Amino acid sequence: MADLHVDFCGVPLKNPITTASGTFGFGHEYGAFFDLSLLGGIGVKGLTPSERLGNPAPRIAETPSGILNCVGLQNPGIDRFITEQIPFLRQHDTKIIANVSGNTVEEYEGMVEKISDADVDLIEMNISCPNVKCGGMAFGTQPGMVEEVVTAAKAKAKKPLIVKLSPNVTDIAEIARAAVSAGADALSLINTLLGMRIDIQTRRPILSNVMGGLSGPAVFPVAVRMVYQVRKAVNVPILGMGGIRTGHDIVEMLLAGADAVAIGTALFADPTAPVKALAELTDWMDAHGVKSVRELSGAVEVLA
Amino acid sequence: MSIQEICRVAEHTQLGEGLYSMTLEAPGIAAAAQCGQFVHIACGAGNLLRRPISICTWQEGLVRLVYQVKGEGTKWLRTRRVGDALDVLGPLGHGFDIAALGAKPVLIGGGIGVPPMLACAQRAAGTGASPRAVLGFRSKAAVILEGDFRAVCPTFVTTDDGSYARGGFVTDVLRELAADATGVAACGPRPMLRAVAAIAGEASLPCYVSMEERMGCGIGACLVCACALKAADGETRYGHVCKDGPVFNAEEVMW
Repeated sequence: MADLHVDFCGVPLKNPITTASGTFGFGHEYGAFFDLSLLGGIGVKGLTPSERLGNPAPRIAETPSGILNCVGLQNPGIDRFITEQIPFLRQHDTKIIANVSGNTVEEYEGMVEKISDADVDLIEMNISCPNVKCGGMAFGTQPGMVEEVVTAAKAKAKKPLIVKLSPNVTDIAEIARAAVSAGADALSLINTLLGMRIDIQTRRPILSNVMGGLSGPAVFPVAVRMVYQVRKAVNVPILGMGGIRTGHDIVEMLLAGADAVAIGTALFADPTAPVKALAELTDWMDAHGVKSVRELSGAVEVLA
Repeated sequence: MSIQEICRVAEHTQLGEGLYSMTLEAPGIAAAAQCGQFVHIACGAGNLLRRPISICTWQEGLVRLVYQVKGEGTKWLRTRRVGDALDVLGPLGHGFDIAALGAKPVLIGGGIGVPPMLACAQRAAGTGASPRAVLGFRSKAAVILEGDFRAVCPTFVTTDDGSYARGGFVTDVLRELAADATGVAACGPRPMLRAVAAIAGEASLPCYVSMEERMGCGIGACLVCACALKAADGETRYGHVCKDGPVFNAEEVMW
């Protein structure tokens, strides 16, 4: 039987499969379809200092092998997450990855400080949301801004800090280096790619926010490429995500350089996708004589 | 409780142009179904998202759907044959509370919003109420399920262009029935629902409407199918059609 255990910034994950923030709510809905304790970790819906309503509908457009979304970080706010959601999540034998966003450096500091004192295992800092007017992606696309906001947040962090990177940059390695030099304990990537669809009958954008974030199998090769580039640039654990659907996709993402992975949009096609991917991963490892999932991380063989 | 069920297609019939009836062997979903709920169907490898289809009726392990071919997903669905298997989530969402509509509910369907009202009519009649149905269609070619409704309750049909039955809109009929009604339930295009809600409001009738929005997960996790609702403080809040709806109290909806 394959050893699936992963140590992620000192946090033991029973397997490398987590859920991508924003696709899984706080776990209640998918908990009706499978046992949440089967997951290595749960990435919860992105949190902000106070409640956010999100954008008007339509918030989704289907694309070839993908979707665009512009939810706009609808969430109940960090305080209600702590009091209402953590107790539910803690009933399951899995790790909690809190995802936090802010509009200013001070808001990020405050969020990280507050969530550090709550009962979560890892903090994922989102500097890459394409669907909010201030903050979000604006922080994640300039190395100077990345350094400033991560340095400030890291000073308040009492739990491992994962910085979630935007793919909407010219040089992902440069951004990754900036985050790590500022103290990021780990990196997660990729957030969604900025995209747009137009209804040709009405000549109007399909999304209420005009543009939105592309996710799903369509972005998987971009995610694999960026994880590969970041693995070569920095030496911290990587949470790989972007279009992962199957156990074979997980193997590929690990080979590219990820230590653990997150499944997101694939859940919308099949709510049990993480469980099926876990079985596929295990079967593949057994069939190929891979004893530990850790052997796969960064093991891509690129011929010179 | 919602489940994922692999369902065999037991019946698949064309009802009109682009309109189909499909019955699934879905014992788990049928056992839990309520009026106004929907199922979320995986429509082939080429379509990433599932397609939400309202439940028309159910009985003895069978779930009947009536759907319209609109895009790639429903085109794929149209090509399924009896005996094929479908991956279905359901029953999903919050349906109609038939009891809240009183002894004389008026049930209104517009176009492809007609199918879920059939189960409402059956349930209302089955619990001793005296429902009346008002069904609106664009034209004669779009008329569906008229016989099914007439078998259950008094039924009024309108066509926008007057090519069949009474020319005009469902609201014309609702105005005439409102004085002798105890509640209104409706499913159809948004302008129709808004007009129905306004008439029900004037008549001080409880009114429940089934809303539609572009959907993702279908179970309340991804938050894309936002429906603007009136918050207690008068501000806007967003409910979600897949989980909080599709049926909402019309008074709550921000029209």
